[in-house]
Amino acid sequence: MGSLHVDRVSVEFPAGRHAPVVVALKEVDLKIQPGEFVVALGASGCGKSTLLNLLAGFLSPSQGQIKLNDAVVSGPGADRAVVFQKHALLPWLNVIDNVAFGLKLRGMGKSARYDTARKHLVHLGLGAFETHPVYQLSGGMQQRVGIARALASDPEILLMDEPLGALDALTREKAQELIIRIWKDTSKMVFFITHSVEEALFMGTRLIVMSPRPGRITHTFDLDFGRRFLAGADARTVKASPDFIKMREQVLKIIFGDEEAAGGDHV
Amino acid sequence: MSDSKEPASKSFLDSIFKIRPTRPGEVYGVPGQGDSLMISAISGIAIIGFWALATSMGWIKPLFLPSPVAIFQKFIQVATEGFANYTLLEHTWISVLRVFGALALACATAIPVGLAMGMSRVMRGVFDPPIEFYRPVPPLAYLPLMIVWFGIGELSKVLLIFLAIFAPVAIGTRSGVRSAAIEQVHAAYSLGATPWQVLTQIILPAALPEIITATRIGMGVGWTTLVAAEMVAATSGIGFMVLSASQFLQTSTVIMGIFIIAAIAYAFDLLMRFLERKLVPWKGFA
Repeated sequence: MGSLHVDRVSVEFPAGRHAPVVVALKEVDLKIQPGEFVVALGASGCGKSTLLNLLAGFLSPSQGQIKLNDAVVSGPGADRAVVFQKHALLPWLNVIDNVAFGLKLRGMGKSARYDTARKHLVHLGLGAFETHPVYQLSGGMQQRVGIARALASDPEILLMDEPLGALDALTREKAQELIIRIWKDTSKMVFFITHSVEEALFMGTRLIVMSPRPGRITHTFDLDFGRRFLAGADARTVKASPDFIKMREQVLKIIFGDEEAAGGDHV
Repeated sequence: MSDSKEPASKSFLDSIFKIRPTRPGEVYGVPGQGDSLMISAISGIAIIGFWALATSMGWIKPLFLPSPVAIFQKFIQVATEGFANYTLLEHTWISVLRVFGALALACATAIPVGLAMGMSRVMRGVFDPPIEFYRPVPPLAYLPLMIVWFGIGELSKVLLIFLAIFAPVAIGTRSGVRSAAIEQVHAAYSLGATPWQVLTQIILPAALPEIITATRIGMGVGWTTLVAAEMVAATSGIGFMVLSASQFLQTSTVIMGIFIIAAIAYAFDLLMRFLERKLVPWKGFA
């Protein structure tokens, strides 16, 4: 099991004709250890999506470097699978072919890749939907297909870009529990972006709070709420516990502080 | 007086536009809801009925508009006896070969060119000026050039139709390249895809709905160009038949030819719509 190391990374978007240089990330340091679930929170413009794009290899840093198992990341690759908010499934393929897509890309035979895909579909509760067209599934099921697809390539780390942002509240809470269980079963590293403080606290083993202008990590919290859930506690009970609520308000204060400092009439 | 009429005219408009709460299964306020197949059938029958009435009553001379029966008789006659040394089937077949040959050639070239234009800045820069330059020119205008360059044989005829089809298919394919969501492309790369795999497994299938639409449009353009292509030095073909019949004022042959062109083009369009449902059932969903 490897680790991921973000080493003093800065990202600057060059000045446009009417815009000054934007420092999207300034000297960000982050180490994700094997089996860690790191959640990123922050006001819009804080650079959390930029950070995810760097980890995925879609963007290269202006300074610094990113290493996965001591190898410098220089582009996208199957060792870092991305789960997107939406629109990332392929509607011309059915459920199982979507999940097996990454395996097909690397030339795996049909029966072998279907075996692997099937295993992940069953794990995610989609065993009965193998041959369904993906565009007829509900949003929550589509997202589970996206997660199954990412897991099927057996990546070192899952990069999740607000994967639950488009779901309704009820489905979202169930999906949170599912993702935590999957994380525990596979013990993969996870980097998870969300806008929901509750979701962040519940799911992560570590929370990084980011701040805009320039984008940087301002606070880090170690968390164990997800582990309490995995140890058998009810999810709602965990989320309603006094220390959870206390921490939620603390984090919200930090984020609202950033919004106000930014000139904040974000209604 | 106008005061008393106002409510009446309002309710008349209401009845036309159906502004009233919907029944279950309908959506309130969607323009033009409902099935129109029955109305289309009635409309078609009414037109033919009025046509038959007008000709049988002698309101219009057969030279200008022969009766539907006369046209059907002409169809039987040309089908059995032929026209200008060829049977109707042969005329139809040669025209179909010209149009579909040109279509096949256009798809084989315009789809790769459109993909290349969508994928590459350089290719777009290279191909954009010539395509946009010749596209609005009517094929009749460059027909003489085609004949001077490629002679009076089949080549110039097929090339004329090919050129007419090429532009819409290339442009449609090019814009289809943008149909792939960036998340789909990113997902493929992060699953380890090569650029070639992204092109063949993401961009191309995502562009397929637009490519099919472009082919449908191209086919329509192809049939419109057929008559122009068969204007010079043709001795067979539906377009030739229509043109030469018009010189002898054989109006019934002209109309019959028009019906055949329309019927083939319509049948092909139905086939394409069927293919569309089979090939891109996700169209409109994602």
